[in-house]
Amino acid sequence: MSNYFAELFQYDFMRRAFIAILVITPLLGILGTMIVHKKMAYFSDALGHSALTGIAIGVVLGVMDTNVSMVIFAIVFAFLLNQINRKNLAATDTIISVFASCSTAIGLAILSRGGNFSKYSGILVGDILSITSKEILYLVVIFAVTGVFWCVAVNKLNAISIHPTLAKSRNISVRLVEDIFAVIIALIVTLSIKWIGILLINALLILPAASSRNISSNMREYHGFSVLFSVFSGIIGLVISYFTNVATGPMIVIVASVIYFATYLYGKE
Amino acid sequence: MRKIIKPCGFHCIKMKDLGVSFGDQVVLEHINLHIHCGSLTAIIGRNGAGKSTLVKAILDDIPHQGTIEFRNTENGKIKHLKIGYVPQSLNLEPNAPMDVYDLITSFCFKYPIFLKKKSVENEIKEALEIFEAEGLIHKQVGKLSGGELQRVLLSMAIMDQPDLLLLDEPVSGIDKNGMDLFYQKMDYLRKNYDMSIVLISHDLDYVAKYADKVVLIDKTVMADGTPKKVFESEAFKNVFGGVSYE
Repeated sequence: MSNYFAELFQYDFMRRAFIAILVITPLLGILGTMIVHKKMAYFSDALGHSALTGIAIGVVLGVMDTNVSMVIFAIVFAFLLNQINRKNLAATDTIISVFASCSTAIGLAILSRGGNFSKYSGILVGDILSITSKEILYLVVIFAVTGVFWCVAVNKLNAISIHPTLAKSRNISVRLVEDIFAVIIALIVTLSIKWIGILLINALLILPAASSRNISSNMREYHGFSVLFSVFSGIIGLVISYFTNVATGPMIVIVASVIYFATYLYGKE
Repeated sequence: MRKIIKPCGFHCIKMKDLGVSFGDQVVLEHINLHIHCGSLTAIIGRNGAGKSTLVKAILDDIPHQGTIEFRNTENGKIKHLKIGYVPQSLNLEPNAPMDVYDLITSFCFKYPIFLKKKSVENEIKEALEIFEAEGLIHKQVGKLSGGELQRVLLSMAIMDQPDLLLLDEPVSGIDKNGMDLFYQKMDYLRKNYDMSIVLISHDLDYVAKYADKVVLIDKTVMADGTPKKVFESEAFKNVFGGVSYE
Protein backbone atom coordinates (compact mmCIF):
# COMPACT_ATOMS: atom_id res chain seq x y z
CA MET A 1 0.00 0.00 0.00
CA SER A 2 2.69 2.47 1.03
CA ASN A 3 4.51 1.57 -2.17
CA TYR A 4 1.55 2.74 -4.16
CA PHE A 5 1.56 6.09 -2.45
CA ALA A 6 5.32 6.44 -2.79
CA GLU A 7 4.81 5.86 -6.49
CA LEU A 8 2.03 8.44 -6.56
CA PHE A 9 4.13 11.18 -5.07
CA GLN A 10 7.39 10.59 -6.84
CA TYR A 11 6.25 12.93 -9.61
CA ASP A 12 6.30 16.68 -9.14
CA PHE A 13 3.09 17.13 -11.08
CA MET A 14 1.29 14.73 -8.74
CA ARG A 15 2.56 16.55 -5.68
CA ARG A 16 1.47 19.88 -7.10
CA ALA A 17 -1.92 18.48 -8.10
CA PHE A 18 -2.34 17.12 -4.59
CA ILE A 19 -1.57 20.49 -3.00
CA ALA A 20 -3.82 22.28 -5.49
CA ILE A 21 -6.68 19.97 -4.60
CA LEU A 22 -6.10 20.58 -0.90
CA VAL A 23 -6.51 24.30 -1.62
CA ILE A 24 -9.33 24.31 -4.19
CA THR A 25 -11.67 21.69 -2.75
CA PRO A 26 -12.27 23.24 0.69
CA LEU A 27 -12.82 26.55 -1.08
CA LEU A 28 -15.44 25.07 -3.40
CA GLY A 29 -16.99 23.22 -0.47
CA ILE A 30 -17.39 26.39 1.57
CA LEU A 31 -18.64 28.53 -1.29
CA GLY A 32 -21.04 25.80 -2.34
CA THR A 33 -22.90 25.94 0.97
CA MET A 34 -24.28 29.41 0.28
CA ILE A 35 -24.67 28.85 -3.48
CA VAL A 36 -26.96 25.92 -2.75
CA HIS A 37 -28.61 27.73 0.16
CA LYS A 38 -29.37 30.81 -1.92
CA LYS A 39 -30.48 28.64 -4.85
CA MET A 40 -27.83 30.09 -7.14
CA ALA A 41 -26.75 26.88 -8.90
CA TYR A 42 -27.74 28.28 -12.30
CA PHE A 43 -25.82 31.46 -11.43
CA SER A 44 -22.46 29.75 -10.94
CA ASP A 45 -23.16 27.57 -13.96
CA ALA A 46 -23.76 30.63 -16.13
CA LEU A 47 -20.57 32.19 -14.76
CA GLY A 48 -18.60 29.08 -15.69
CA HIS A 49 -19.86 29.25 -19.24
CA SER A 50 -19.01 32.94 -19.45
CA ALA A 51 -15.35 31.94 -19.14
CA LEU A 52 -15.34 30.94 -22.81
CA THR A 53 -16.50 34.39 -23.84
CA GLY A 54 -13.91 36.00 -21.60
CA ILE A 55 -11.13 34.01 -23.24
CA ALA A 56 -12.55 34.78 -26.69
CA ILE A 57 -12.62 38.50 -25.95
CA GLY A 58 -9.01 38.25 -24.79
CA VAL A 59 -8.03 36.51 -28.05
CA VAL A 60 -9.84 39.11 -30.18
CA LEU A 61 -8.24 42.00 -28.31
CA GLY A 62 -4.86 40.31 -28.51
CA VAL A 63 -4.44 40.22 -24.72
CA MET A 64 -1.29 38.37 -23.66
CA ASP A 65 -2.84 36.57 -20.72
CA THR A 66 -6.40 35.45 -21.47
CA ASN A 67 -6.86 34.71 -17.77
CA VAL A 68 -7.16 38.46 -17.23
CA SER A 69 -9.89 38.97 -19.82
CA MET A 70 -11.64 35.85 -18.53
CA VAL A 71 -11.72 37.10 -14.93
CA ILE A 72 -12.78 40.63 -15.90
CA PHE A 73 -15.55 39.40 -18.14
CA ALA A 74 -16.79 36.99 -15.46
CA ILE A 75 -16.96 39.80 -12.90
CA VAL A 76 -18.91 42.03 -15.29
CA PHE A 77 -21.17 39.10 -16.09
CA ALA A 78 -21.70 38.42 -12.37
CA PHE A 79 -22.84 42.00 -11.81
CA LEU A 80 -25.19 41.72 -14.77
CA LEU A 81 -26.70 38.49 -13.43
CA ASN A 82 -27.14 40.05 -9.97
CA GLN A 83 -28.92 42.97 -11.56
CA ILE A 84 -31.29 40.64 -13.41
CA ASN A 85 -31.89 38.73 -10.20
CA ARG A 86 -32.88 41.89 -8.34
CA LYS A 87 -35.51 42.80 -10.88
CA ASN A 88 -37.50 39.96 -9.29
CA LEU A 89 -38.96 38.81 -12.57
CA ALA A 90 -40.91 35.60 -12.68
CA ALA A 91 -38.67 34.15 -15.38
CA THR A 92 -35.27 35.03 -13.93
CA ASP A 93 -33.91 31.55 -14.61
CA THR A 94 -34.97 31.76 -18.26
CA ILE A 95 -33.39 35.16 -18.76
CA ILE A 96 -30.14 34.08 -17.13
CA SER A 97 -30.15 30.97 -19.27
CA VAL A 98 -30.58 33.15 -22.38
CA PHE A 99 -27.61 35.33 -21.38
CA ALA A 100 -25.47 32.31 -20.56
CA SER A 101 -26.25 30.51 -23.82
CA CYS A 102 -25.69 33.64 -25.81
CA SER A 103 -22.33 34.34 -24.20
CA THR A 104 -21.23 30.70 -24.57
CA ALA A 105 -22.17 30.74 -28.25
CA ILE A 106 -20.28 33.95 -28.91
CA GLY A 107 -17.25 32.52 -27.11
CA LEU A 108 -17.38 29.25 -29.05
CA ALA A 109 -17.94 31.07 -32.35
CA ILE A 110 -14.89 33.28 -31.89
CA LEU A 111 -12.62 30.54 -30.56
CA SER A 112 -13.58 28.10 -33.32
CA ARG A 113 -12.78 30.55 -36.08
CA GLY A 114 -10.56 28.88 -38.69
CA GLY A 115 -11.06 25.46 -37.09
CA ASN A 116 -8.82 26.23 -34.13
CA PHE A 117 -11.05 25.19 -31.26
CA SER A 118 -9.03 22.09 -30.40
CA LYS A 119 -6.46 24.51 -28.96
CA TYR A 120 -9.01 25.48 -26.31
CA SER A 121 -10.89 22.22 -25.81
CA GLY A 122 -8.76 21.45 -22.77
CA ILE A 123 -10.63 24.12 -20.88
CA LEU A 124 -13.84 22.12 -21.14
CA VAL A 125 -12.59 19.31 -18.89
CA GLY A 126 -9.55 20.96 -17.32
CA ASP A 127 -6.25 19.41 -16.27
CA ILE A 128 -5.19 19.61 -12.66
CA LEU A 129 -1.93 17.80 -13.40
CA SER A 130 -0.69 20.81 -15.38
CA ILE A 131 -0.85 23.29 -12.50
CA THR A 132 2.34 25.25 -11.75
CA SER A 133 3.68 26.38 -8.39
CA LYS A 134 2.91 30.00 -9.24
CA GLU A 135 -0.70 29.12 -9.99
CA ILE A 136 -0.98 27.32 -6.68
CA LEU A 137 0.19 30.51 -5.01
CA TYR A 138 -2.64 32.44 -6.72
CA LEU A 139 -5.08 29.90 -5.34
CA VAL A 140 -3.67 30.28 -1.85
CA VAL A 141 -4.21 34.05 -2.08
CA ILE A 142 -7.80 33.58 -3.21
CA PHE A 143 -8.24 31.05 -0.44
CA ALA A 144 -7.15 33.60 2.15
CA VAL A 145 -9.36 36.35 0.70
CA THR A 146 -12.38 34.06 0.65
CA GLY A 147 -11.65 32.89 4.18
CA VAL A 148 -11.70 36.45 5.50
CA PHE A 149 -14.81 37.33 3.51
CA TRP A 150 -16.54 34.22 4.76
CA CYS A 151 -15.90 34.98 8.43
CA VAL A 152 -17.28 38.49 7.99
CA ALA A 153 -20.14 37.81 5.61
CA VAL A 154 -21.49 34.31 6.14
CA ASN A 155 -24.07 35.46 8.71
CA LYS A 156 -25.21 38.24 6.44
CA LEU A 157 -25.45 35.97 3.40
CA ASN A 158 -27.49 33.53 5.41
CA ALA A 159 -29.77 36.28 6.72
CA ILE A 160 -30.34 37.60 3.20
CA SER A 161 -31.23 34.16 1.93
CA ILE A 162 -33.74 33.67 4.76
CA HIS A 163 -35.56 37.01 4.40
CA PRO A 164 -34.07 39.95 2.48
CA THR A 165 -36.43 42.53 3.98
CA LEU A 166 -35.78 41.33 7.51
CA ALA A 167 -32.05 41.42 6.78
CA LYS A 168 -32.34 44.97 5.52
CA SER A 169 -34.29 46.02 8.61
CA ARG A 170 -31.30 44.76 10.62
CA ASN A 171 -28.98 47.15 8.79
CA ILE A 172 -27.40 44.50 6.60
CA SER A 173 -26.23 46.01 3.32
CA VAL A 174 -27.90 43.44 1.11
CA ARG A 175 -26.62 44.76 -2.22
CA LEU A 176 -23.00 45.09 -1.15
CA VAL A 177 -22.78 41.64 0.40
CA GLU A 178 -24.48 40.04 -2.60
CA ASP A 179 -22.20 41.84 -5.04
CA ILE A 180 -19.01 40.85 -3.24
CA PHE A 181 -20.25 37.27 -3.02
CA ALA A 182 -20.90 37.27 -6.78
CA VAL A 183 -17.41 38.65 -7.49
CA ILE A 184 -15.83 35.97 -5.32
CA ILE A 185 -17.80 33.24 -7.06
CA ALA A 186 -16.71 34.72 -10.40
CA LEU A 187 -13.05 34.78 -9.34
CA ILE A 188 -12.98 31.25 -8.00
CA VAL A 189 -14.99 29.73 -10.82
CA THR A 190 -12.84 31.30 -13.54
CA LEU A 191 -9.54 30.66 -11.79
CA SER A 192 -10.29 27.00 -11.17
CA ILE A 193 -11.72 26.34 -14.62
CA LYS A 194 -8.32 25.65 -16.13
CA TRP A 195 -7.89 22.73 -13.77
CA ILE A 196 -11.40 21.51 -13.21
CA GLY A 197 -13.01 22.39 -16.54
CA ILE A 198 -16.05 24.41 -17.55
CA LEU A 199 -18.22 21.31 -17.77
CA LEU A 200 -17.41 20.16 -14.23
CA ILE A 201 -16.77 23.23 -12.10
CA ASN A 202 -20.41 23.66 -11.16
CA ALA A 203 -20.70 20.02 -10.16
CA LEU A 204 -17.89 20.52 -7.67
CA LEU A 205 -19.51 23.63 -6.27
CA ILE A 206 -22.92 22.06 -5.87
CA LEU A 207 -22.40 18.37 -5.07
CA PRO A 208 -20.54 18.56 -1.73
CA ALA A 209 -22.94 21.18 -0.33
CA ALA A 210 -25.99 19.32 -1.65
CA SER A 211 -24.70 16.08 -0.10
CA SER A 212 -24.06 17.82 3.19
CA ARG A 213 -27.56 19.27 3.11
CA ASN A 214 -28.98 15.76 2.97
CA ILE A 215 -27.63 14.93 6.39
CA SER A 216 -27.07 18.23 8.26
CA SER A 217 -29.42 19.91 10.67
CA ASN A 218 -27.44 23.07 11.44
CA MET A 219 -24.85 25.37 9.92
CA ARG A 220 -21.85 23.83 11.68
CA GLU A 221 -22.64 20.40 10.27
CA TYR A 222 -23.53 21.89 6.89
CA HIS A 223 -20.17 23.62 6.51
CA GLY A 224 -18.18 20.79 8.06
CA PHE A 225 -19.60 17.97 5.93
CA SER A 226 -19.48 20.08 2.78
CA VAL A 227 -15.76 20.76 3.18
CA LEU A 228 -15.12 17.16 4.20
CA PHE A 229 -16.95 15.70 1.18
CA SER A 230 -15.27 18.17 -1.14
CA VAL A 231 -11.74 17.42 0.05
CA PHE A 232 -12.43 13.69 0.21
CA SER A 233 -13.80 13.58 -3.37
CA GLY A 234 -10.82 15.61 -4.55
CA ILE A 235 -8.16 13.36 -3.03
CA ILE A 236 -9.85 10.05 -3.80
CA GLY A 237 -10.66 11.27 -7.33
CA LEU A 238 -7.02 12.22 -7.91
CA VAL A 239 -5.72 8.88 -6.63
CA ILE A 240 -8.21 6.82 -8.63
CA SER A 241 -7.59 8.85 -11.76
CA TYR A 242 -3.86 8.21 -11.44
CA PHE A 243 -4.22 4.46 -11.20
CA THR A 244 -6.98 4.14 -13.80
CA ASN A 245 -5.52 6.66 -16.22
CA VAL A 246 -8.76 8.64 -16.40
CA ALA A 247 -8.92 12.47 -16.44
CA THR A 248 -8.89 13.79 -12.85
CA GLY A 249 -11.78 16.27 -13.02
CA PRO A 250 -14.42 13.74 -14.09
CA MET A 251 -13.16 11.22 -11.54
CA ILE A 252 -13.52 13.75 -8.71
CA VAL A 253 -17.07 14.52 -9.81
CA ILE A 254 -17.91 10.81 -9.99
CA VAL A 255 -16.73 10.34 -6.39
CA ALA A 256 -18.70 13.44 -5.32
CA SER A 257 -21.82 12.08 -7.04
CA VAL A 258 -21.50 8.73 -5.28
CA ILE A 259 -21.32 10.62 -1.97
CA TYR A 260 -24.42 12.59 -2.94
CA PHE A 261 -26.48 9.47 -3.61
CA ALA A 262 -25.22 7.79 -0.46
CA THR A 263 -26.15 10.78 1.72
CA TYR A 264 -29.48 11.06 -0.06
CA LEU A 265 -30.35 7.49 0.85
CA TYR A 266 -29.00 7.92 4.37
CA GLY A 267 -30.91 11.16 4.88
CA LYS A 268 -34.18 9.55 3.77
CA GLU A 269 -34.01 6.93 6.48
CA MET B 1 -31.33 40.13 31.37
CA ARG B 2 -32.39 43.28 29.63
CA LYS B 3 -33.84 46.10 31.60
CA ILE B 4 -37.55 46.44 31.64
CA ILE B 5 -38.39 50.05 30.95
CA LYS B 6 -41.83 51.42 31.52
CA PRO B 7 -43.19 53.31 28.54
CA CYS B 8 -42.30 56.95 29.06
CA GLY B 9 -45.07 58.34 26.90
CA PHE B 10 -42.77 60.94 25.45
CA HIS B 11 -41.85 59.21 22.23
CA CYS B 12 -43.88 59.48 19.15
CA ILE B 13 -43.57 58.11 15.63
CA LYS B 14 -45.04 60.41 13.01
CA MET B 15 -45.70 59.32 9.47
CA LYS B 16 -46.30 62.27 7.23
CA ASP B 17 -47.93 61.96 3.86
CA LEU B 18 -46.54 58.51 3.13
CA GLY B 19 -47.15 57.31 -0.41
CA VAL B 20 -46.03 54.42 -2.60
CA SER B 21 -46.51 53.94 -6.28
CA PHE B 22 -45.23 51.31 -8.68
CA GLY B 23 -44.98 52.98 -12.07
CA ASP B 24 -48.35 54.60 -12.76
CA GLN B 25 -50.12 52.50 -10.17
CA VAL B 26 -50.67 54.29 -6.86
CA VAL B 27 -50.72 51.71 -4.06
CA LEU B 28 -50.72 54.06 -1.06
CA GLU B 29 -51.16 57.80 -0.73
CA HIS B 30 -51.42 60.46 1.98
CA ILE B 31 -50.89 58.15 4.93
CA ASN B 32 -50.64 60.28 8.07
CA LEU B 33 -50.25 58.45 11.36
CA HIS B 34 -49.16 59.16 14.91
CA ILE B 35 -47.99 56.27 17.02
CA HIS B 36 -47.23 56.79 20.72
CA CYS B 37 -44.88 54.60 22.67
CA GLY B 38 -46.54 51.89 24.65
CA SER B 39 -49.46 51.74 22.28
CA LEU B 40 -50.73 48.87 20.17
CA THR B 41 -51.91 49.93 16.75
CA ALA B 42 -53.67 47.48 14.47
CA ILE B 43 -53.77 48.04 10.75
CA ILE B 44 -56.74 46.43 9.07
CA GLY B 45 -58.11 46.43 5.54
CA ARG B 46 -59.27 44.14 2.77
CA ASN B 47 -56.81 42.07 0.74
CA GLY B 48 -54.81 44.26 -1.60
CA ALA B 49 -55.53 47.42 0.37
CA GLY B 50 -51.81 48.07 0.72
CA LYS B 51 -51.18 46.79 4.25
CA SER B 52 -48.02 44.86 3.45
CA THR B 53 -46.84 47.69 1.23
CA LEU B 54 -47.19 50.05 4.18
CA VAL B 55 -45.03 47.72 6.27
CA LYS B 56 -42.38 47.68 3.54
CA ALA B 57 -42.49 51.46 3.29
CA ILE B 58 -42.05 51.83 7.05
CA LEU B 59 -39.06 49.49 6.79
CA ASP B 60 -37.71 51.60 3.94
CA ASP B 61 -37.58 48.47 1.81
CA ILE B 62 -39.34 50.11 -1.12
CA PRO B 63 -39.11 53.64 -2.49
CA HIS B 64 -41.77 55.89 -1.00
CA GLN B 65 -42.76 59.51 -0.63
CA GLY B 66 -43.28 61.28 2.66
CA THR B 67 -41.35 60.99 5.91
CA ILE B 68 -41.27 58.91 9.04
CA GLU B 69 -40.11 60.81 12.09
CA PHE B 70 -39.27 59.47 15.50
CA ARG B 71 -39.41 62.26 18.00
CA ASN B 72 -39.01 62.76 21.70
CA THR B 73 -41.96 65.03 22.42
CA GLU B 74 -40.43 66.19 25.69
CA ASN B 75 -37.47 67.96 24.14
CA GLY B 76 -38.40 67.77 20.46
CA LYS B 77 -35.27 65.83 19.49
CA ILE B 78 -35.44 63.53 16.52
CA LYS B 79 -33.95 60.08 17.04
CA HIS B 80 -33.11 57.20 14.76
CA LEU B 81 -36.03 54.78 14.74
CA LYS B 82 -35.06 51.20 15.55
CA ILE B 83 -37.56 48.73 14.18
CA GLY B 84 -38.03 45.12 15.24
CA TYR B 85 -39.72 43.47 12.33
CA VAL B 86 -41.57 40.15 12.42
CA PRO B 87 -42.28 38.83 8.92
CA GLN B 88 -45.16 36.57 7.97
CA SER B 89 -42.98 33.64 6.99
CA LEU B 90 -39.41 32.73 6.12
CA ASN B 91 -37.94 31.57 2.87
CA LEU B 92 -36.81 28.13 4.08
CA GLU B 93 -37.40 24.53 3.10
CA PRO B 94 -38.36 22.12 5.90
CA ASN B 95 -35.00 20.34 5.80
CA ALA B 96 -32.77 23.42 5.50
CA PRO B 97 -29.69 22.83 7.66
CA MET B 98 -30.40 25.63 10.09
CA ASP B 99 -31.44 25.63 13.71
CA VAL B 100 -32.83 28.48 15.78
CA TYR B 101 -29.33 29.36 17.01
CA ASP B 102 -28.16 29.80 13.39
CA LEU B 103 -31.21 31.85 12.49
CA ILE B 104 -30.83 34.35 15.30
CA THR B 105 -27.03 34.49 15.05
CA SER B 106 -27.24 35.31 11.34
CA PHE B 107 -29.38 38.36 11.97
CA CYS B 108 -28.13 39.59 15.32
CA PHE B 109 -24.50 38.58 15.82
CA LYS B 110 -21.20 38.92 14.01
CA TYR B 111 -19.72 35.66 15.24
CA PRO B 112 -19.66 33.34 12.17
CA ILE B 113 -22.38 30.70 12.19
CA PHE B 114 -20.08 27.88 11.15
CA LEU B 115 -18.51 28.15 14.57
CA LYS B 116 -20.29 28.25 17.88
CA LYS B 117 -19.84 30.45 20.89
CA LYS B 118 -21.23 29.76 24.32
CA SER B 119 -21.80 33.42 25.19
CA VAL B 120 -23.81 33.98 22.00
CA GLU B 121 -25.81 30.87 22.75
CA ASN B 122 -26.58 32.08 26.27
CA GLU B 123 -27.68 35.46 25.04
CA ILE B 124 -30.00 33.86 22.51
CA LYS B 125 -31.39 31.55 25.17
CA GLU B 126 -32.17 34.52 27.39
CA ALA B 127 -34.02 36.25 24.59
CA LEU B 128 -35.98 33.09 23.80
CA GLU B 129 -36.99 32.76 27.46
CA ILE B 130 -39.19 35.86 27.20
CA PHE B 131 -41.44 33.85 24.90
CA GLU B 132 -40.88 30.47 26.59
CA ALA B 133 -39.00 29.29 23.51
CA GLU B 134 -35.57 28.52 25.01
CA GLY B 135 -36.12 24.80 24.43
CA LEU B 136 -36.25 25.40 20.68
CA ILE B 137 -32.71 26.71 20.33
CA HIS B 138 -31.37 23.57 18.67
CA LYS B 139 -34.46 22.72 16.69
CA GLN B 140 -34.37 23.00 12.90
CA VAL B 141 -36.16 26.17 11.83
CA GLY B 142 -37.99 24.47 8.94
CA LYS B 143 -39.51 21.98 11.38
CA LEU B 144 -40.97 24.52 13.83
CA SER B 145 -44.74 24.84 14.01
CA GLY B 146 -46.36 28.18 13.11
CA GLY B 147 -46.64 29.20 16.75
CA GLU B 148 -43.08 28.16 17.61
CA LEU B 149 -41.64 30.05 14.64
CA GLN B 150 -43.60 33.12 15.65
CA ARG B 151 -42.22 33.02 19.19
CA VAL B 152 -38.70 32.65 17.85
CA LEU B 153 -39.14 35.57 15.44
CA LEU B 154 -40.60 37.71 18.20
CA SER B 155 -37.70 36.94 20.52
CA MET B 156 -35.33 37.95 17.74
CA ALA B 157 -37.27 41.13 16.98
CA ILE B 158 -37.04 42.48 20.51
CA MET B 159 -33.44 41.41 21.09
CA ASP B 160 -31.90 44.81 20.55
CA GLN B 161 -34.74 46.74 22.16
CA PRO B 162 -36.47 48.31 19.18
CA ASP B 163 -38.57 51.45 19.46
CA LEU B 164 -41.16 49.98 17.17
CA LEU B 165 -42.26 46.37 16.89
CA LEU B 166 -43.72 45.83 13.45
CA LEU B 167 -45.64 42.63 12.77
CA ASP B 168 -46.96 41.55 9.40
CA GLU B 169 -49.99 39.29 9.93
CA PRO B 170 -48.26 37.48 12.74
CA VAL B 171 -50.94 35.01 13.69
CA SER B 172 -51.59 33.14 10.46
CA GLY B 173 -51.72 29.40 11.06
CA ILE B 174 -52.19 29.58 14.82
CA ASP B 175 -55.10 28.12 16.78
CA LYS B 176 -57.39 30.12 19.05
CA ASN B 177 -55.46 29.26 22.17
CA GLY B 178 -52.26 30.45 20.53
CA MET B 179 -53.96 33.66 19.44
CA ASP B 180 -54.94 34.52 22.99
CA LEU B 181 -51.43 33.84 24.21
CA PHE B 182 -50.02 35.94 21.41
CA TYR B 183 -52.16 38.97 22.15
CA GLN B 184 -51.55 38.68 25.87
CA LYS B 185 -47.84 38.70 25.13
CA MET B 186 -48.23 41.81 22.98
CA ASP B 187 -50.07 43.43 25.83
CA TYR B 188 -47.26 42.49 28.21
CA LEU B 189 -44.60 43.86 25.83
CA ARG B 190 -46.17 47.25 25.35
CA LYS B 191 -46.83 47.66 29.02
CA ASN B 192 -43.39 46.60 30.17
CA TYR B 193 -41.04 47.69 27.42
CA ASP B 194 -40.61 51.12 26.00
CA MET B 195 -41.88 50.28 22.54
CA SER B 196 -44.81 50.82 20.24
CA ILE B 197 -46.40 47.91 18.45
CA VAL B 198 -47.89 48.07 15.00
CA LEU B 199 -49.45 44.93 13.64
CA ILE B 200 -51.37 43.97 10.57
CA SER B 201 -54.25 41.75 11.45
CA HIS B 202 -57.26 39.96 10.06
CA ASP B 203 -58.70 38.94 13.42
CA LEU B 204 -61.08 41.77 14.07
CA ASP B 205 -62.40 40.45 17.38
CA TYR B 206 -58.88 40.26 18.82
CA VAL B 207 -58.12 43.69 17.46
CA ALA B 208 -61.24 45.01 19.18
CA LYS B 209 -60.14 43.46 22.45
CA TYR B 210 -56.46 44.40 22.56
CA ALA B 211 -55.66 47.32 20.25
CA ASP B 212 -55.56 50.92 21.51
CA LYS B 213 -55.93 52.21 18.06
CA VAL B 214 -57.17 50.79 14.79
CA VAL B 215 -56.28 52.10 11.36
CA LEU B 216 -58.44 51.05 8.45
CA ILE B 217 -56.62 51.50 5.19
CA ASP B 218 -57.63 51.17 1.61
CA LYS B 219 -55.00 52.96 -0.44
CA THR B 220 -55.14 55.67 2.21
CA VAL B 221 -56.36 55.98 5.80
CA MET B 222 -60.14 55.50 5.63
CA ALA B 223 -60.71 55.63 9.37
CA ASP B 224 -58.59 55.65 12.50
CA GLY B 225 -59.08 55.91 16.25
CA THR B 226 -60.29 53.57 18.96
CA PRO B 227 -61.55 50.17 17.84
CA LYS B 228 -65.10 51.22 18.67
CA LYS B 229 -64.87 54.38 16.63
CA VAL B 230 -63.42 52.64 13.59
CA PHE B 231 -65.77 49.65 13.73
CA GLU B 232 -68.75 51.98 13.78
CA SER B 233 -67.51 54.10 10.91
CA GLU B 234 -69.11 54.18 7.50
CA ALA B 235 -65.83 53.19 5.82
CA PHE B 236 -65.59 50.05 7.98
CA LYS B 237 -69.07 48.97 6.97
CA ASN B 238 -68.21 49.49 3.32
CA VAL B 239 -65.12 47.28 3.55
CA PHE B 240 -66.26 44.56 5.90
CA GLY B 241 -70.00 44.60 5.12
CA GLY B 242 -72.50 43.77 7.79
CA VAL B 243 -70.16 42.09 10.29
CA SER B 244 -70.79 43.38 13.76
CA TYR B 245 -68.51 43.38 16.79
CA GLU B 246 -69.25 43.89 20.40
